[in-house]
Amino acid sequence: MYAFELHKAKSVADAAALIAKTGGKALAGGQSLVGAMKLRLAQPGALVDLSGIAELRGIRREGGAVIVGAMTRHAEVAASADVKAAIPALVALAEGIGDRQVRNMGTLGGAIAHADPAADWPAAVLGLGATVITSKGRHAADGFFKGLYETALAGDELVTAVSFPVPRKAAYAKFRNPASRFALVGVFVAQAGDGAVRVAVTGATATPFRCAPLEAALAKSFTADAAKAAKVSANGLSGDLHASPEYRAHLIPVLAARAVASL
Amino acid sequence: MGASDTNVMGKSVRRKEDYRFLTGAGQYTDDVNPDRHTHAYFLRSPHAHARIRGIDTSRAKAAPGVVAVCTSADLEGVNGLPCGWLITGTDGKPMNEPPHPVLAKGKVRHVGDPVAMVVAETPNQAKDASELIDVDYEVLPAVVNCVDALKRGAPQIHDEAPGNKCYTWALGDKAAVDAAFAKAAHVSKLDIVNNRLIPNAIEPRAAVASYDRAADGYTLYVASQNPHVERLLMTAFVLGLPEHKVRVIAPDVGGGFGSKIYLYAEETAMVWASKRVGRPIKWTAERSESFVSDAHGRDHVTRAELAMDKDGRFLAMRVHTTANMGAYLSTFASCIPTILYATLLAGQYTTPAIYCEVTAAFTNTVPVDAYRGAGRPEATYVVERLVHQAGVDMKLPQDEIRRRNFIRSFPHQTPVALTYDTGGYDACLDEAMRLADVKGFAARKAEAAKRGKLRGIGYSSYIEACGLAPSNIAGALGARAGLFEAGEVRVHPTGSVTVFTGSHSHGQGHETTFAQVVASRLGIPVENVDVVHGDTGRVPFGMGTYGSRSLAVGGTAIVKALDKIVAKGRKIAAHLLEAAESDIEFADGKFTVSGTDRSKTFGEVALTAYVPHNYPLDKLEPGLNETAFYDPTNFTFPAGTHVCEVEVDPDTGVVEVVAFSACDDFGNIVNPMIVEGQVHGGLTQGLGQALLENCVYDAESGQLLSGTYMDYAMPRADDVPSFNVGTKVTPCTHNPLGAKGCGEAGAIGAPAAMMNAVHDALAAVGVTYIDMPASPHRVWRAIQAARA
Ligand SMILES: Cc1cc2nc3c(=O)[nH]c(=O)nc-3n(C[C@H](O)[C@H](O)[C@H](O)COP(=O)(O)OP(=O)(O)OC[C@H]3O[C@@H](n4cnc5c(N)ncnc54)[C@H](O)[C@@H]3O)c2cc1C
Repeated sequence: MYAFELHKAKSVADAAALIAKTGGKALAGGQSLVGAMKLRLAQPGALVDLSGIAELRGIRREGGAVIVGAMTRHAEVAASADVKAAIPALVALAEGIGDRQVRNMGTLGGAIAHADPAADWPAAVLGLGATVITSKGRHAADGFFKGLYETALAGDELVTAVSFPVPRKAAYAKFRNPASRFALVGVFVAQAGDGAVRVAVTGATATPFRCAPLEAALAKSFTADAAKAAKVSANGLSGDLHASPEYRAHLIPVLAARAVASL
Repeated sequence: MGASDTNVMGKSVRRKEDYRFLTGAGQYTDDVNPDRHTHAYFLRSPHAHARIRGIDTSRAKAAPGVVAVCTSADLEGVNGLPCGWLITGTDGKPMNEPPHPVLAKGKVRHVGDPVAMVVAETPNQAKDASELIDVDYEVLPAVVNCVDALKRGAPQIHDEAPGNKCYTWALGDKAAVDAAFAKAAHVSKLDIVNNRLIPNAIEPRAAVASYDRAADGYTLYVASQNPHVERLLMTAFVLGLPEHKVRVIAPDVGGGFGSKIYLYAEETAMVWASKRVGRPIKWTAERSESFVSDAHGRDHVTRAELAMDKDGRFLAMRVHTTANMGAYLSTFASCIPTILYATLLAGQYTTPAIYCEVTAAFTNTVPVDAYRGAGRPEATYVVERLVHQAGVDMKLPQDEIRRRNFIRSFPHQTPVALTYDTGGYDACLDEAMRLADVKGFAARKAEAAKRGKLRGIGYSSYIEACGLAPSNIAGALGARAGLFEAGEVRVHPTGSVTVFTGSHSHGQGHETTFAQVVASRLGIPVENVDVVHGDTGRVPFGMGTYGSRSLAVGGTAIVKALDKIVAKGRKIAAHLLEAAESDIEFADGKFTVSGTDRSKTFGEVALTAYVPHNYPLDKLEPGLNETAFYDPTNFTFPAGTHVCEVEVDPDTGVVEVVAFSACDDFGNIVNPMIVEGQVHGGLTQGLGQALLENCVYDAESGQLLSGTYMDYAMPRADDVPSFNVGTKVTPCTHNPLGAKGCGEAGAIGAPAAMMNAVHDALAAVGVTYIDMPASPHRVWRAIQAARA
């Protein structure tokens, strides 16, 4: 790790100002950032620690949505009775991230700002059509994830919370990479209050995407059989040591069917 | 059971060492912090194969905190790292043994090859400075696969090894085998890849080297499995230092699995530099560094054929293997795919003729050497996959084809040089089948099918040669060292005992097992016995721990020393009791005049030895301290049968090990709990190889693609089932403990049992062959190909 300065921010405004001034990076749970720094892949000159900012933490129900603060740890989501009552799929997703230590440190805000191609949270954000609330405004889920580790956030823009609309039904099925246990493929299926179907896929490409053939199939019939019968093209999907594009394309409907069957 | 019980043989005494480990009081190499110590960092090659046109260290030398920067140009008078085993080829010539420089000289030959050592005040300063070293590389084409390396036109890695060949070696009667194949009723064949593995001890390699000007001597703390061998190789072969001026200490070591047997470049360079720098130097490998610098394991490509008569009796076996040596010969690399591999191809079977030919190749990869099992897992995998295939081809049940060919009379001379002293293969097979409830398998398979799962069962009846090794036989086979073990028993005046053993414990629990042996032989409580290991300054000599040799060889050396203690004690007791020495019996901690109730306790005799007031000083030296060296007369042959049951999800290719039963014959067992722990660990590593672990290099660039835990899949607790284990005992006939060894059995037997189960499950969808690891992707692809 290279030497760096550490600042503790007291408020979102303070954090944004410190980041702008130092050209540094926000430090949330450190579960992605610190690892990259140890490997000398990231070398920020300054870190601005968000952990002391109370307004970034917590989970609340607001009308037809569940609002989760950016600094809420994965373990807090997993243990939340409110989330369990409103959107149990998020509890299952959070429980399936990494291991206990990672869940106790890692945050929702960090996960979506980092935009790891194999991360779980982006599937939920996109699958539920959530709104990303930031220090500068709001971003719709569609269009938030722009590329490999790339989002719509500006350099000094901080995620403050995510607003997840409460769906009629939703489920997440994750196929774990045997080594990293990140998502080799993760599929989030949701049927909104108005019956609209969204299906988001993570792990299969550089950015999570909505899967049109599955959305069409499930809009017609929200059943596991319909999901399994859908055809997903391998074109453009990632290939690596653990999965070819064809294998990923095959897994997407299989996982969608499992997600639907679990409801 | 209470530890102060003296009747402790065969009992699950709690591990004495665990209190210190579990309370954080273990002393590992990284816990050693001598005054004024500096830190080393090794700059490693980013290329698989490149010529070094020049190295400029001037900027690094000027960097903050830097104490020294060394490259091969600085290492004047330092030789290359030696290989401890000379293999003679079929052409009668010694193997090609290219130099293995401590720091790369002229060329780098694998990603991770050390190029320079930076010594600085802090680890970060050393690492920062290493980035200022300018190495001018001319990148060369690389080859990583051992079969490709032997092809005409492959990149040449060493001038001294034309065609990248290290040797072609053979064992067995080729003519007899060819004749048997010619008259065989059936031949089963397989082309097998034994996947390359990266060892992953929890504690990475680490070293602290210092030079003491007053004593003109060196001390090296190092995470090693065999400190005496490390010292011998380092002083005599590489640094030219007097052996008695170097003390090597391997303190608590957090796992080795073979990877810490070898003499490595890092600690060698550090010892050398510690005198120049005049301060202690410390280094602890980072995990990603371990991936590219710890010796890897396995990596064989094999064609195997089995000839049978019409009833499935084995007539002959023919095996051709290409083995990957990596870029340089690691300390024992050459003997793993030969001496420890081909000799095991008889397995548990009477196969009368076997011929095995092995070609070892250099590649642009990390050196390959022994990894838990070392050659024997590779042999077992060949034999047991082939026997499974034979059962399928001959339409014989898997237990039946094995029973038709089991060895049942001992001693048994195999056609591949070994003499099995004893064994009971039917008993282990029967018990494993009982543990596995084989009778209920058909019902379980039908139930799984209802859930859409393919269920399969697989067997592996393995054998291993442990207790390495009779030195004269090893010497005749090319070993450049002896393979005995040493032990010293120091009885203190008050009757407590310190044992010094040349074996080394890096997780095996020797401090408990060896204490049990001593306590039960001397009739004293186990807590009165301490075991010291891993220090050339305290232990007379040692060959270290590997090859499941510690109890059978190291334990026997202790028993031999104990025999001398008892013999001397008998003399002292005879004097005290005014009886003839021949009338003194020793049992339950007492020397008794036979046929009387007159006796002296072990403690009284010990005290007399050190307070020799009433003592035959004219005939006997005072003191009670004995040393013994033990050289075994044969290998030991642990064997057993493993039965594995898997379920495959055809939709995803996921293989789940739903049940695993193992019945092993390790000879006599001193501590069943420790043995069970060793078996569980071995089976888990076996599962890792069969289902998860795979070291992958990019074929073009030679970069390690599975270079972190993001891509290299280690087994985790939730990957393994609750193991069902049992034992049967046929005591080893040639050591006084009757012990055979248990450390590697799990890793040797399990992969074949698991893969045979996978093949059994996949047979239902037409898959006939799949290599390890049976990852979801690979299984899914095999199913797709079979359906197409
Ligand atoms: C062993 C291990 C296993 C893991 N397994 C999984 C898994 O299975 N699935 C999965 O999805 N993830 C997994 N992760 C990643 C984990 O979920 C991380 O917590 C997450 O990716 C990043 O969150 P963080 O709070 O740790 O962010 P940090 O590492 O602190 O930050 C990550 C990035 O986000 C930026 N950032 C942080 N907070 C904000 C904010 N509020 N606004 C703007 N930018 C911000 C930082 O500047 C940095 O660039 C794993 C991590 C580890 C170490």
